[in-house]
Amino acid sequence: MKEILWLGRGGQGAFTAAKLFGAAYISDAQSQYALAFPSFGPERRGAPVRAFTKLDTKPVLDRSQTEQADYIVILDDTLYSPELQNLLKPDGRIIINSKAPIPDTFTFDGEAVAKEFRLPTVNTVMLGIVSALSGYITEAQASAAISGYMPEKIQARNIGAVRLAREAVQQ
Amino acid sequence: MSRKFLSGNEAFAEGIRLAKPDVISAYPITPQTIVVERLSEMVEDGSLKSDFIHVESEHSALSCAIGASAAGARAFTATSSQGLLYMAECLYYASGGRFPIVMMNADRSTALPWNIYGDQRDSLSQLDSGWIQVYAENAQEALDLALMSWRIAEDKRVSTPVMVNLDGFVLTHTYETVEIPEQAQADKFLPPYVTDNRIDFANPKNLAFSAGPDTNYIFKYKAHTGMLAAKEVVAETETAFAEIFGRQYSGLLDSYRTEDAEIILVTLGSIAGLCREVTDRLRAHGIKAGVVRIRYMRPFPNEEIAAALKNAKAFGVLEKDISFGNEGTVFTNVNSALQKAGIHIPGYNFIGGLGGRNISAGEIGEIFAAIQSGANSVNFLGIDDAEKTGGDGNGKSNS
Repeated sequence: MKEILWLGRGGQGAFTAAKLFGAAYISDAQSQYALAFPSFGPERRGAPVRAFTKLDTKPVLDRSQTEQADYIVILDDTLYSPELQNLLKPDGRIIINSKAPIPDTFTFDGEAVAKEFRLPTVNTVMLGIVSALSGYITEAQASAAISGYMPEKIQARNIGAVRLAREAVQQ
Repeated sequence: MSRKFLSGNEAFAEGIRLAKPDVISAYPITPQTIVVERLSEMVEDGSLKSDFIHVESEHSALSCAIGASAAGARAFTATSSQGLLYMAECLYYASGGRFPIVMMNADRSTALPWNIYGDQRDSLSQLDSGWIQVYAENAQEALDLALMSWRIAEDKRVSTPVMVNLDGFVLTHTYETVEIPEQAQADKFLPPYVTDNRIDFANPKNLAFSAGPDTNYIFKYKAHTGMLAAKEVVAETETAFAEIFGRQYSGLLDSYRTEDAEIILVTLGSIAGLCREVTDRLRAHGIKAGVVRIRYMRPFPNEEIAAALKNAKAFGVLEKDISFGNEGTVFTNVNSALQKAGIHIPGYNFIGGLGGRNISAGEIGEIFAAIQSGANSVNFLGIDDAEKTGGDGNGKSNS
């Protein structure tokens, strides 16, 4: 099973990204299963939130919070602390939306891409980054999930943001 | 059939859409709210042709459903936690009147301390209310139960309301892969509700009457036998369901690797999946573990539990409930089943997940280890000190 832990602040769409990633993974393969859930509780703008995506080739039975992630994706770099390395599998990676490099992590300036597509948040940009780095989902699957589960008027811009983010990684 | 990525609440709402209730009356409460929102959206956009009645409380929500059912309508409501407790008075009117209402309950902790997160203390407190109680493990089962529950409730041998329980958040708010059946399949499986137990001006009769000491006990006896008849109807319903939808369920309980198991963990609801995963890991290390997931708490699967546990050396019950001053109610029920069957093996109660506390794979591993080595009679997960658990510390199943 592959597990992605998403960290963001209320309003940044961390759970939306977690959900889209799961929806993308199951989008065209009957033999692929996913689970996605947020850290449960009242929704508060700006408060730290966690979200979880679990991917497997059999139904996902484990609904508990991820303790060892393949990827930790952080939408706001002020949420990073070195202790998060303890939540990674041995070959796991931390991906951070940040303008400045941070030791032992992969950083990417998601805001620059979000701005280009007039998006108020970097969630789908970072989804594009982790999709390219992990290879868990294709660009077509990510686009299918956005088309299936996001409001129509923001679909094209989010699909564009995913594409640009993936291209940035591939370069 | 379409394959979607849905939350437990959304999946359940899809099942209710396919069941085409005539009347929906509900009051929103976390973590059930999304079911009510989705159904009201479906009524608004015309994809569900139900009368959606906005009510001012849960007491009214169920009263309204009772009235609708008494008029011969298929009636649905949904609630959670304090909402269920607030409608408790009406639960008995619905079951006593033999009105086959279906209710979805999002299992949530009860106050005080106030808490919106999942545990099963709300529904388990209502085991004696005369409702069939079933607990879903995942979103697909929730959707499927939304269809099957009507057929069980409305069967003339049963005529008893059904409460379908979904663990709050862990199931209601978790997104997963769900197959949504076609309406034609649902129509084939679930015909429209037809009943004589209704207000009929052409054939006037007394409904929801009083009954004194001379006859009252007969009605209670009939409610009991009607509930017991549900055991057979559940099996028939699941067979019919499998024929149309291709998914076979396992009756009142779901046994996993119990045939040769030496230690068995009995549980219910969405935690069962992780228990099965831990069982597989233990088996890989030569430990003969097994899991029983109770699906129906009422009618209670006494014989099935005895059959599943009869060759085990010890068992545990993991539940999100505590009956203060005694033990978890599920544990009490399981012990009763074993006592009646003459099975005397050590059993231990594990109280976990209260107020939404996460239950980890590691903790389930520790539970199996405790079943194997002996534990307190009652053990609170996360509170290790035996003195604090109130357990007797000597490994006896019944203190």
